[in-house]
Amino acid sequence: MDAFLLQILNGLDKGSAYALIALGLTLIFGTLGVVNFAHGALFMIGAFCAVTVRKFLNLSVETIDPERTDFLGNPLKVKTPYVENWFGPEFGGLIIDWSVPIAILFAIPIMIAVGFIMERGLIKHFYKRPHADQILVTFGLAIVLQEVIKYFYGANPIPTPAPDALNGVANLGAIIGMDLIYPVWRIVYFCFACLIISGVFAFLQFTTFGMVVRAGMADRETVGLLGINIDRRFTIMFGIAAAVAGLAGVMYTPINSPNYHMGMDFLVLSFVVVVVGGMGSLPGAVLAGFVLGILESFASMEWAINLIPGINQIIIYLVAIVILLVRPRGLMGRKGVMED
Amino acid sequence: MSKLDVSRRGLLRTGAVTGAGLALPTIFTAQSASAFTNDPTGGTVTLGFNVPQTGPYADEGADELRAYELAVDHLNGEGDGGMLNSFSSKALQGNGILGKKVEYVTGDTQTKSDAARASAKSMIEKDGAIMISGGSSSGVAIAVQGLCQEAGVIFMAGLTHSNDTTGKDKKANGFRHFFNAYMSGAALAPVLKNLYGDDRKAYHLTADYTWGWTQEESIKAATEALGWETVNTVKTPLAATDFSSYIAPVLNSGADVLILNHYGGNMVNSLTNAVQFGLREKEVNGKNFEIVVPLYSRLMAKGAGANVKGIHGSTNWHWSLQDEGSKAFVRSFGTKYGFPPSQAAHTCYVQTLLYADAVQRAGSFNPCAVGEALEGFEFDGMGNGKTLYRADDHQCFKDVLVVRGKENPTSEFDLLEVVEVTPREQVEYAPDHPMFAGGQLGSCNPGA
Amino acid sequence: MFGLDKRDTSLLMIVAVLTLFAPFILNPFPTGSGLAQFNAGYPDLMQRFVIFGIFAIGFNILFGLTGYLSFGHAAFLGVGSYSAVWMFKLLSMNVLPAILLSVIISGLFALVIGYISLRRSGIYFSILTLAFAQMSFSLAYSVLTPITNGETGLQLTLDDPRVLGVTATADGSIPVTNLFGLEMRGTYEMVVGPWAFQFNMGYYLCALVLIAAFYLAIRIFRSPFGMMLRAVKSNQQRMNYTGLNSKPYTLAAFVISGMYAGLAGGLMASMDPLAGAERMQWTASGEVVLMTILGGAGTLIGPVLGAGFIKYFENIFSKINDNVLHGWFAILPDGLEDFIVFVVHPFIGKGWHLTLGILFMLVVIYLPGGLVEGGQRIAGWVRGNKKPDAPQSETKPAE
Repeated sequence: MDAFLLQILNGLDKGSAYALIALGLTLIFGTLGVVNFAHGALFMIGAFCAVTVRKFLNLSVETIDPERTDFLGNPLKVKTPYVENWFGPEFGGLIIDWSVPIAILFAIPIMIAVGFIMERGLIKHFYKRPHADQILVTFGLAIVLQEVIKYFYGANPIPTPAPDALNGVANLGAIIGMDLIYPVWRIVYFCFACLIISGVFAFLQFTTFGMVVRAGMADRETVGLLGINIDRRFTIMFGIAAAVAGLAGVMYTPINSPNYHMGMDFLVLSFVVVVVGGMGSLPGAVLAGFVLGILESFASMEWAINLIPGINQIIIYLVAIVILLVRPRGLMGRKGVMED
Repeated sequence: MSKLDVSRRGLLRTGAVTGAGLALPTIFTAQSASAFTNDPTGGTVTLGFNVPQTGPYADEGADELRAYELAVDHLNGEGDGGMLNSFSSKALQGNGILGKKVEYVTGDTQTKSDAARASAKSMIEKDGAIMISGGSSSGVAIAVQGLCQEAGVIFMAGLTHSNDTTGKDKKANGFRHFFNAYMSGAALAPVLKNLYGDDRKAYHLTADYTWGWTQEESIKAATEALGWETVNTVKTPLAATDFSSYIAPVLNSGADVLILNHYGGNMVNSLTNAVQFGLREKEVNGKNFEIVVPLYSRLMAKGAGANVKGIHGSTNWHWSLQDEGSKAFVRSFGTKYGFPPSQAAHTCYVQTLLYADAVQRAGSFNPCAVGEALEGFEFDGMGNGKTLYRADDHQCFKDVLVVRGKENPTSEFDLLEVVEVTPREQVEYAPDHPMFAGGQLGSCNPGA
Repeated sequence: MFGLDKRDTSLLMIVAVLTLFAPFILNPFPTGSGLAQFNAGYPDLMQRFVIFGIFAIGFNILFGLTGYLSFGHAAFLGVGSYSAVWMFKLLSMNVLPAILLSVIISGLFALVIGYISLRRSGIYFSILTLAFAQMSFSLAYSVLTPITNGETGLQLTLDDPRVLGVTATADGSIPVTNLFGLEMRGTYEMVVGPWAFQFNMGYYLCALVLIAAFYLAIRIFRSPFGMMLRAVKSNQQRMNYTGLNSKPYTLAAFVISGMYAGLAGGLMASMDPLAGAERMQWTASGEVVLMTILGGAGTLIGPVLGAGFIKYFENIFSKINDNVLHGWFAILPDGLEDFIVFVVHPFIGKGWHLTLGILFMLVVIYLPGGLVEGGQRIAGWVRGNKKPDAPQSETKPAE
């Protein structure tokens, strides 16, 4: 029982990342009708926002310590971060420690800007082009973005830990009288994902802006005829989708050290998630994200592997096939979207 | 259909007209003039360095390339000579190999068997490379080793840790200096016993491909010989990035040691996840829960950050060693590049020198002569104490290091500390050991 | 000629001449010169050009004609390679039975996957094919290791049975692949002044197969069957309303293109008897999609060009390192030399992915019809800015 609950938690956690990326993908697809293969790269850039913020906070002044020597026998250069010099080791250390949450503040404007530039500079010219061309050009962009990151940060994963206060484990089961130990940061991640997802839904549902966007998703032409500048709103939605992916990336860094190809690792999976959810359906994308996350966790349990060897390797794809055969347009897809 | 047939014949005819004079007498290869593939005839000799330059191991590949460049410098008499000064064989003069200036070509393996073979082939076919070296994973090393055997050039393996490289997939033209999974187990076991006692329950997480399996087998055998019990062994998909669903069952399994048979990004993530789940603070069976990473590298330690502190594993070599060879190598490498070399860089550097030395001693670039010179060659001064290139399986036997993640690193390279240097006798095994059985070297292939 | 009209005949002739003279065409620079780095006329790369050309031609029969975008075509290539290597292990080193078996097995595999996947269309079809291919890859890498040898890839050993051949040669090595005695790796080198041209047996086998495959593709494009497939692409619904069942046609196209992939896989294993699981990964499937679109989807020659383009970058650009750069620019003053090397550095060697990504984007942005369109534009300029009349083979890239 404990094992099941734990795996459900793991699944929700994995599902959070899938759902956030799939949500952004669906937003872009639903509004602009563009298949964005660079979406994984946006996730990755978000993660590297966190890395960069940490790097900046760690910018150091070098002092020479004649007592100790480095590997070549020269006097050792000791590095002290500027923030520690300015704010004192205690508070300065605290700032560095909280670099990931701090990075959120920087990531939002950066990601929105990246989204704007991408949309205005590149994607805009591809609205009328076939989906295959969109895939190719965004895939090219994804490669370029990831190579640029690799050029500056290398290929090795870069450790970006969570603040010490959020680094431990919590006993979730204490409330219900069970032993259910789970890492705090993963709980934070899940809550954060829920917050973002409900934020996006509320924005679309309860604001005028959101209403117009929804109208545009349903019938772009008519909304345009009503004299509403739908293009500009869609550009903003692209920025928001980029920010969602980026924030998912920032918060993901303490869970796994980020590296330059993490976007590609998620890209294919998140496409499967989107399609399983049904092209163009936001709730479908979120639902599919969590469902696939949980199933993936279950499939890695021992009884599952003993039952069907290799099931943990293929579960997502297997589920995708079954769902698509049973429900032709995924869980919540509409008829006629991307079917020709 | 009849039309199709006619046309096919027609095509063949057209093809034959153009190709007749050229394509048909190709049963005789171009190299038949000389006794072996890519016999260097001019004043230079070309070596091929085939390392991952894209993909997750690109940084390791970059470090390997640095080491190769350094080795080429030293062979050509540039720089301070590095390990040539401490190497027990004094055949090399610093004037290239057999008086020929050493040149090199580089390629990208992408850590994929296919791409690695394509790259190695282009070095052999286009650039006339006489020796191929490099690699950062066992699958690639074995694939390229097989290719070199077919093509008739020498393969000096880079970083490859699987037992299979010199076990069931060994080849007469292939040589490995790096240690292997069996040695990791043999070196680690006594240290683990001292640290954690002989009554432990181990849980293995293993990367689900051949290298992972051979390491799991080796470590399991070594720890069970101590009296440890293996609670469970679970295979994790190579593509896994989040190991939480594999770590969670460890919590309630009754195990008190977690052994991570992972490498590279897999290891960084699985270790990070294990620490996240509070395994290190856990107490099971009245003992502190421990994590072991049998194969360590500095780049992995760097990726996992603070999580490696106090965690034990084994490596082939570490820059903090104080013997003459290691010091000389670290000095030249550090002076040229500004930071200490990794174990991958070390093995690649040593392999290049060993190859050059073997050619020099054999007096010929012929792969068979070089192979003979390497077989049973015993040397010293290369950083791992007295070392033997065993003739039976082309595996080097030397001391193995047991290391631990350092508590208070002084720099971003100072992440591991050597706990023990396990002497060579302790990691030796018979050539027909069951973990290495099943293959044969075959006979050396000079190509022509 | 051969039942083709004049235009197609000349296209076929061009392809034939290009492939048969490739050892000359791809080796324009003298061996010793600095630019020899850009020569592609060595057996392995030429074989790859041709084999991936076949793969892409086959993919184009499905994608270019019917518009169905398969994202799992690499699985058929992988299955083909595995079948061929098993044939070398069990039967003999003759490539003919190996290639035949790989075509048959991948055809069967394609029949099963196609039958299921073609129940859906559009992106749902793409994801189904992707899922099948990824499952094949993951299983081949892990659970199916007894059949596929996992990470290392299936390779020949000294104790394979080879019932119709020899287990090991007299001198104790693994026999080499051959076609009735003609060794695939046999190479004849012709030295003309500073140039050295390599004529490889295996390459010419591949080249002949490519020409045959290309011819067959032309016939399919021009046949009533091809017309039917185009109808599927332009409006499947209307086609169904007229009482035609489109499924058998699309399935046939799927299987044919799967067999092309299997043929490519079989040839690949014949040239180099090793089959790695990475051949089936989604990146490999993506690569053939890129090749086809980059070259020009729906055109006859486009996919071959696209295949050549990508393989050229992978194999040539990745091998240029700083050392080579310094060699090229050595004549320049020191500071300038270092500066140029510094500027060029990110794009070569380990940066070849970056260059490829940028070129993808440029081609897609400025040449919507792929490289073929680029060729047409150049031809148009040459003919004096006359608008080039689009060849019949050109169709709009599919969605």
